[in-house]
Amino acid sequence: MKKAINLNVNGVSRTDEVEPRMLLVHYLRDVLELTGTHVGCETSLCGACTVMLDGQAVKSCTVFAVQADGSSVTTIEGFAKNGELHPVQEGFWEKHGLQCGYCTPGMIVTAAQLLDRNADPSREEICHGLEGNLCRCTGYQHIIEAVQYAAKKAGQR
Amino acid sequence: MIPAQFDYKVPATLEEAVALLNSDLDGAKVLAGGHSLIPAMKLRLAQPQLLVDIARIKSLSYIREEGDQILIGATTTHYHLESSDLLKQICPLLPECAKSIGDVQVRNKGTIGGSIAHSDPAGDWPAAVLALDADLVLVGPNGERTVKAENFFLDLLTTDLQPGEILREVRIKKPGGKFGQTYQKVPHPASGFAVVGVAVHLTFNDDGSCKSAGVGVTGVGLKAYRAKAVEAGLAGTNLDDNAIATAVTHVCDGIDPNADLYASSDYRCHLAQVHTRRGIQAAKARVQ
Amino acid sequence: MTENYVGKRVKRTEDPRLIRGLAHYVDDISLPKTLHVSFVRSIYAHAKINSIDTSAALAAPGVVAVYTGKDVAEKIGPVPCAGALPDLKVPDHRVLATTKVYFVGHPVAAVVATDRYAARDAVDLVMVDYEDLPVVSDVEAAAAGGPVIHDGFSDNIAYRLTSGEGDIDAAFAAAERTVKQRVLHKRLAPIAIEPRGVLARYFPGEEELTIWSSTQIPHLMRTQVALMIGIPENKLRVITPEVGGGFGSKLNVYAEEALLGWISMQLGKPVKWIETRRENMQATIHGRGQVGDVEVAFKNDGTVLGLRYSVFADMGAYHQLLTPAIPTLTGLMLSGAYRIPAIQMNITACFTNKMATDAYRGAGRPEATYIVERAFDLIAAELGVDPAEVRRKNFPGPDEFPFHTATGLDYDSGNYEAALDKAQQIINYPGLREEQKKAREEGRLIGIGVSTYVEICALGPSQAMPAGGWESATVRIEPTGKVTVLTGASPHGQGQETSFAQIAADELGVNINDVTVIHGDTGVVQYGIGTFGSRATAVGGTAVYVAIQKLKEKAHKIATHMLQADASRVSFEGGKYSLQAAAAASATGTSEPVVPVGEAPAGALPEPQTEGKTSATIQDIALAAHLAKELPPDTEPGLSATYFFEPKNFTFPFGTHICVVEIDRETGDIKFLRYVAVDDCGKVINPLLVDGQVHGGIVQSIGQAMFEEVVYDEQGQLITGTLMDYAVPRASHVPDFELDRTETPSPVNPLGVKGVGEAGTIGATPAIVGAIVDALAPFGVKHLDMPIKPENVWRIINGH
Repeated sequence: MKKAINLNVNGVSRTDEVEPRMLLVHYLRDVLELTGTHVGCETSLCGACTVMLDGQAVKSCTVFAVQADGSSVTTIEGFAKNGELHPVQEGFWEKHGLQCGYCTPGMIVTAAQLLDRNADPSREEICHGLEGNLCRCTGYQHIIEAVQYAAKKAGQR
Repeated sequence: MIPAQFDYKVPATLEEAVALLNSDLDGAKVLAGGHSLIPAMKLRLAQPQLLVDIARIKSLSYIREEGDQILIGATTTHYHLESSDLLKQICPLLPECAKSIGDVQVRNKGTIGGSIAHSDPAGDWPAAVLALDADLVLVGPNGERTVKAENFFLDLLTTDLQPGEILREVRIKKPGGKFGQTYQKVPHPASGFAVVGVAVHLTFNDDGSCKSAGVGVTGVGLKAYRAKAVEAGLAGTNLDDNAIATAVTHVCDGIDPNADLYASSDYRCHLAQVHTRRGIQAAKARVQ
Repeated sequence: MTENYVGKRVKRTEDPRLIRGLAHYVDDISLPKTLHVSFVRSIYAHAKINSIDTSAALAAPGVVAVYTGKDVAEKIGPVPCAGALPDLKVPDHRVLATTKVYFVGHPVAAVVATDRYAARDAVDLVMVDYEDLPVVSDVEAAAAGGPVIHDGFSDNIAYRLTSGEGDIDAAFAAAERTVKQRVLHKRLAPIAIEPRGVLARYFPGEEELTIWSSTQIPHLMRTQVALMIGIPENKLRVITPEVGGGFGSKLNVYAEEALLGWISMQLGKPVKWIETRRENMQATIHGRGQVGDVEVAFKNDGTVLGLRYSVFADMGAYHQLLTPAIPTLTGLMLSGAYRIPAIQMNITACFTNKMATDAYRGAGRPEATYIVERAFDLIAAELGVDPAEVRRKNFPGPDEFPFHTATGLDYDSGNYEAALDKAQQIINYPGLREEQKKAREEGRLIGIGVSTYVEICALGPSQAMPAGGWESATVRIEPTGKVTVLTGASPHGQGQETSFAQIAADELGVNINDVTVIHGDTGVVQYGIGTFGSRATAVGGTAVYVAIQKLKEKAHKIATHMLQADASRVSFEGGKYSLQAAAAASATGTSEPVVPVGEAPAGALPEPQTEGKTSATIQDIALAAHLAKELPPDTEPGLSATYFFEPKNFTFPFGTHICVVEIDRETGDIKFLRYVAVDDCGKVINPLLVDGQVHGGIVQSIGQAMFEEVVYDEQGQLITGTLMDYAVPRASHVPDFELDRTETPSPVNPLGVKGVGEAGTIGATPAIVGAIVDALAPFGVKHLDMPIKPENVWRIINGH
């Protein structure tokens, strides 16, 4: 029943045998022990499990690990490079874009995707871009400011 | 959260996919983006025995012009459609509709073919392909057949897709002459699905009068439908306020509108009228 | 104290681990050989269990054990309720259903397997034979009679209570006018984005059980779970790792926490259960759930004479920890920010076949504020005066504090008018009313809502709390000079690792990076109460502050000894004890260079150099205290102090929120135009965190006002069972908030802080609803029940 899969996760090549039904999020968390990606719902709505799959933000609770065979995945653990925070991570810290932190990894991944596609988003575009991520703590205002901060910062680099 | 067990196969070609699907007509399901199927499996509302993953068949993902047609492969993602410069030019209804679906993560993974084949009563694509009078190309063990979108959606989550068939392509006649399009949507505050979604495609005569109208409606009935009475009420008119106002009163003709916690049938029908009107006005304003 | 940190927008010290995905929530902790638990839960709201067949499940691959109610009923004590009220009916609440199920989601059996997939699969193999029983779904119907849910009780009424002071009948007799309104507070789901989760590990040799749980109250949970499963309290360690939001839903002791501990003891292996979102909707407490009538007596000039609120409170099927207490909190706050001479609250609390209600952000106080603020809007409408003015008329003045209310409270401090003035100024209130008038003439529907709330925080004096209202702190300076703060509060997103470090760093004159705040581990931290009721900073922060003063008394004594000076000549400033100016002046130039904290040499501890010194840093003193070679006589070695702070009163933060909305006449859509909030939470430790708390609270209010509602049908089936149906606000639903503050220090604690965790949720709903109602005033609307959906608005506009 098990299938062999081969992925590149945060720059590291991985080969494993998994049940076809294993969700990508469980593969990342339980097999690879990359627990920064969280699970917040069952219906693909909260976005806490968002990771980059071949450069595209996806909800890893709605992807089977076997579907990601041959792909490259970046999780939140892969965002900081050589000890330097990603501009979005920096924005979240500077602007207090998180409280309990549970939605944060998914929120950061989605925000990074948003800025990949639109370097200077308006407030409305940020809100539209974050529609797939729920936060129950911050009321979003500081998250929006964090994304604006990151956009500015990335623009300066 | 955890689906039941199943087997998973990755066919290299569409033919192979059709063969796999036909190897277990009761238990096999096609997997494309998975954004309708996987949530259902996680809640164990769906428990297929075999998933046939067609998302890896590269030749099924494309947007291209061919003659007077726009051809869209079944596994083309919502995001691909949303961001297509070609479509923004020649058929902006499609990117606009794509942009309204779910959220960015869903659009990155979900596919137009999956959405149409699933035929969710509140899905967005059915409205768009109905308004555009699209042809849907289905492949089965006995070869290919083409079905008009309006004949494809049969009932709640039910389409003309026969067991063992796969939706391969969406074909849309390239809008010619003067035309205007829009997709208007009231998203459900929780699910993001359409409480009401109205796709409008208008073509115009040289004198500015409406040559033809395509109006696809989702969220209102058990399946998406073409609001033919509205279309008929618009064709040949100058789309003045009166003509539009009269036409849109027919948007729920023959439909028993859905009711849920968010919107009763009355209100849903009212929203359908308002957004059909707004859609027609917006399409008219965007004539190109 | 040098204020290097307190009062500043200090970035959080918690964040680096959280933004890099390196923090540990319960499910992120993996122990070898962990077994996984999945629950069989009732699909019926009320049914008799005829039989449970677990044989197929037991035979399934990977399954280790299946437990049913019969297996554990005699082994594990009831799920506790801490609410103590006269004649309170408390149903026997076992961790698994025994003979009947009482709500959808009621746990019936626990399946234990080698992995979570196998456990989930086997759940489908447990066969339960149910026999339908009549369902009591509606709270008023429950009060009226009909089928009785719990055997042994004569009816479904959990308790009745009348509270309040003043002569309410006289108030109504003397009234020139009265208004009365029925008001609904629908059930809400707290929806912490991290669902609940429990990991339990028992070491049979050591007889030690450790439970990691996503809870707000590790110590209280330890006490209760120890009693439930019969393990000595000091053999049970509860750890709350990172907690992904609580909002009151994790201020509880749940069946699963005790059961997992007990299963681990049976099997001698770690066991884990992570709640799914569907389970979270069904079997984690709900908030609110009141249906009541408010009546107000007032004079023609707007002076309020009395307020009566008679309410049916929906308890659900069982009492969770504080279920029956929540409506009593509503009763406490019915005076709002006003002088109301007579107040009466009549509670009829009822059992229904639904999940228990309990504390959800605000916990009874949002209901009160909403009632009072709606009442003031109704008075304004009745008298045809501006809603802000009728409020202003009834405010107690700033010199009337402590202000005694007819609900029996003494408000600590306040200047309600100042907050209202400021908010009105920011939004240009007169101009806004003009604009509204013009817009109405053009047929546009613009509404302005005003809420001048007061809330009760810093819960609270122990007299008023079921299990102690104090909070604890230990502050110690380690031999290397690092400062460790152990707090009994248990923050889960509020940021007290930072704000408590700010307090400690300023009080001790050290770098904030040298302070570590530890919480949420009963094996490490002295007993504490926890984080809820906007108490952590006001009560727990004060404990930290006072512990530091105690520590500094001792440090001063050691410093005096080290500097060989008279105690009166040694003073503390900037992290150092120095000889006073006159003496120190002669020693200028001889003081040692300042060594940055954190750069102590590796290896052996340095000897403190004291000879000829005129100052000693707090780090020098910490080292000396641990080496204990040069301590003054009769001085204990070490440098550590513990303090349990018992507040003498609650605190009463307040503020004014003004919301402006515009309504789409055609669709009923509601759009925010402005939102101004002026909050007064006393002294502010970290404005960045305060803003975050206010934003989050307001958005939960937006959810309640416009979207959120847990819906059960007549059969007790949960209609809003997933996030597909239950709408939590998203980024696109919220306006850009304009926040400001006034600052009225609390006299209740030396920090002057009041608390802010629930302000937004309490203050905002009346402003939002008020704005929508105001927008619809041209249609004669005076009140609407939440959630106000576009359809409700459309029906009003179109006379449906």
